[in-house]
Amino acid sequence: MDSLMTLLPELWIAAGETLYIVGLTLFFGGIGGLLVGLGLYLTRAGSILANRPVFVVLNLLVNIVRPIPFIIFLAAAQPLARVVVGTGIGNAAIIFTISLAASFAMGRIVEQNLLTVTPGVIEAARSVGAGPARIIFTVLLPEALGPLILGYTFIFVALVDMSAVAGYVGGGGLGNFALLYGYRQFNPVVTWAAVLLIIVFVQLVQFFGNWLARKAFRR
Amino acid sequence: MPAPSPVVELRDVSKVYPATAKGGTDVVAIDKVSLTIDAGDVYGIIGYSGAGKSTLVRLVNALERSTSGEILINGQDIARLPERELRPVRLGIGMIFQQFNLLGSRTVAGNVGYPLEVAGQTKPARRARVAEMLDFVGLSDKARAYPDQLSGGQKQRVGIARALASQPGILLADEATSALDPETTHEVLDLLARVNKEFGVTIIVITHEMDVIQTIATKVAVMDQGRVIERGDVFDVFSNPQQPASARFVSTVVKGLPSPAELAVLRGRHTGRLVTLAFRDSSVDQARVFGEFAAAGVTFEVVYGGINEIQGRSFGHLTLALAAPGAQDATGDAAIDAALDRVRTHTTVTEVR
Repeated sequence: MDSLMTLLPELWIAAGETLYIVGLTLFFGGIGGLLVGLGLYLTRAGSILANRPVFVVLNLLVNIVRPIPFIIFLAAAQPLARVVVGTGIGNAAIIFTISLAASFAMGRIVEQNLLTVTPGVIEAARSVGAGPARIIFTVLLPEALGPLILGYTFIFVALVDMSAVAGYVGGGGLGNFALLYGYRQFNPVVTWAAVLLIIVFVQLVQFFGNWLARKAFRR
Repeated sequence: MPAPSPVVELRDVSKVYPATAKGGTDVVAIDKVSLTIDAGDVYGIIGYSGAGKSTLVRLVNALERSTSGEILINGQDIARLPERELRPVRLGIGMIFQQFNLLGSRTVAGNVGYPLEVAGQTKPARRARVAEMLDFVGLSDKARAYPDQLSGGQKQRVGIARALASQPGILLADEATSALDPETTHEVLDLLARVNKEFGVTIIVITHEMDVIQTIATKVAVMDQGRVIERGDVFDVFSNPQQPASARFVSTVVKGLPSPAELAVLRGRHTGRLVTLAFRDSSVDQARVFGEFAAAGVTFEVVYGGINEIQGRSFGHLTLALAAPGAQDATGDAAIDAALDRVRTHTTVTEVR
C-alpha cells in the first residue's frame, strides 16, 4: 500500500496518458471508421454508390486487418508508423497504430449500424431528388445516430484495451504503469489500482454513451 | 374540349435484371409495357405480388432505370437521363409508400420540408409551405411531433404532405394504404381524391386491393408477369373483364357470381333451371327482364347476386331459379326457353349447369 502511495504521481500521469491516447484514437479512429464504414455501406450491391471492385477490396482489407491480434499488428505496422508520423515508438506511434486498427474495427460496426436504416427511407429521399452526399448527411447518419453512438461507446473499450500494450513501443498509460510497477515488481496492489481506474473510465464512458444514445433515439 | 395531354407515357418499356448466377436466366420484370396516363387521371395499376407493379411505378421517377423503351414525363424522355439531371424531374413527381418511409430523426415539419430543402428553397418559404401542407392534411397540431408518435394513418398523411410539398404534378402511390386498417384506408383515399380534385394532381396508384381502385381510380391497368394485360375505364374492366387474370382479380371485390362451391350448394337446393343474368347500367333492364318473365308465366327466385356501384354507374349479376308452373309440359322448358330468347335480345344470359 505504501508503495502505491509513493507511485501516486506516476499513476495520475499514466491515467492522463491513457485518456490522451484513447481520446485521440477515438477521434482519428472514429473518423477513419466512419469513412471505412460508409465506404463499405455505399459501395455494396444495390446501394446508392454500388461499386463492386471498391467494395471487394475494402471488405477484404477489413477482413484481413481485423483478426490480427493487436500486439502483432503494432509490430507489423511499425514501418508504416515511421513513414506517417515519423517515429515507430512512443505515444505518437501508438496513437497512429491504434487509430488504424480501430478504423477497420469501427468500419465494420459503422457499416452494420448503417444497414439498420430502412432502405425505404433512402428511397424516399431519392424520390424527391436528393443526391448521394445529401442522403449521407441528412438521412443515413441522422437516422443511424443512436446505434452509431452505441457503436462508438463499444469501441471505446477496445481502444482502452489496445492502449494497454503501448508500453511495448515506448508509450505510456495505465497498461504500461500496471506492467512496469505492478507486474514486474510483484506488487499486485499497484496493478489493481490501475485496473480500478480503467474500470471507472469505462463505466463513465458507457454511462455517457448510453445517455447520449437515448437522447438520439428519443426523437 | 381539347384532348387531354399525356402526363406520363411509356413506350415499349422493358426492365430486365441480368442473371445473378452464371448460367441463370435474365429476369424480365417489365415486358414491353406501353401506357398513357393523361393529366388529371387517377390511374390504378393492379396485379398480384410480383406482377411488376412496383417496378413499373419506379420507372416513372427513375428510381429504377429501364433497360429499353421511352419514358416520357410531360413530353420529356427521362429513360436515358443521367442521374444528376433527374433532380428537377423527381421534384415534379411526388411519391408515397406502403411503409410511409418518414425520416425518424426529423419532426413532422422537418419531413414535409425535406423536398423543399432539396429544391433549395429559403427557410421562410419552406416554413410557409410546410404550414400550408400540414393544414391541408389536417396535422397542423403535429408539426413538432416525431413520426414514431403518430398513428399509421397520420404517418401516411405526413407522407402525402411531404410528397406534395414541392407542388408536383404527378403523385405515385405505392401500396399507400396496404398497411392501414379499412377505416384509415378510406381517410387516406379521401385525401388522395381531394389531392386529385383540388390540386389537379395526376395520381398513379398501385395496389393489390381492388376496393382502392373502386374508390378513387378512373382508369385501371391490370398487370400480370411484367405485362399490362388489360386496361381501360375502371367501370369497363370491372363490369366486363376480358382476361382470366383480370377476371380473377375483379371477382375478389365484385360480388354477384357464385363460386363453384357455392354453385354446388345452389344446385342441390334448386332442381329447376338456373340462369345468370349480367346487368350493366341496368336498373331499367332489370325491371324489363322481370316483366318479361312474368308475361311469359315464368316464375323466378333470386338465389344469388349482387349489384356494384362504381363511379356512379352500376353493374352486377343475378342468378335466378326459373320455373313455369302453368306450362303444358312437365318441366316448362318450352315456356322458359321462349322467355329467355326474348331476354337475350338485350341482356347477357348464361345458363348455369
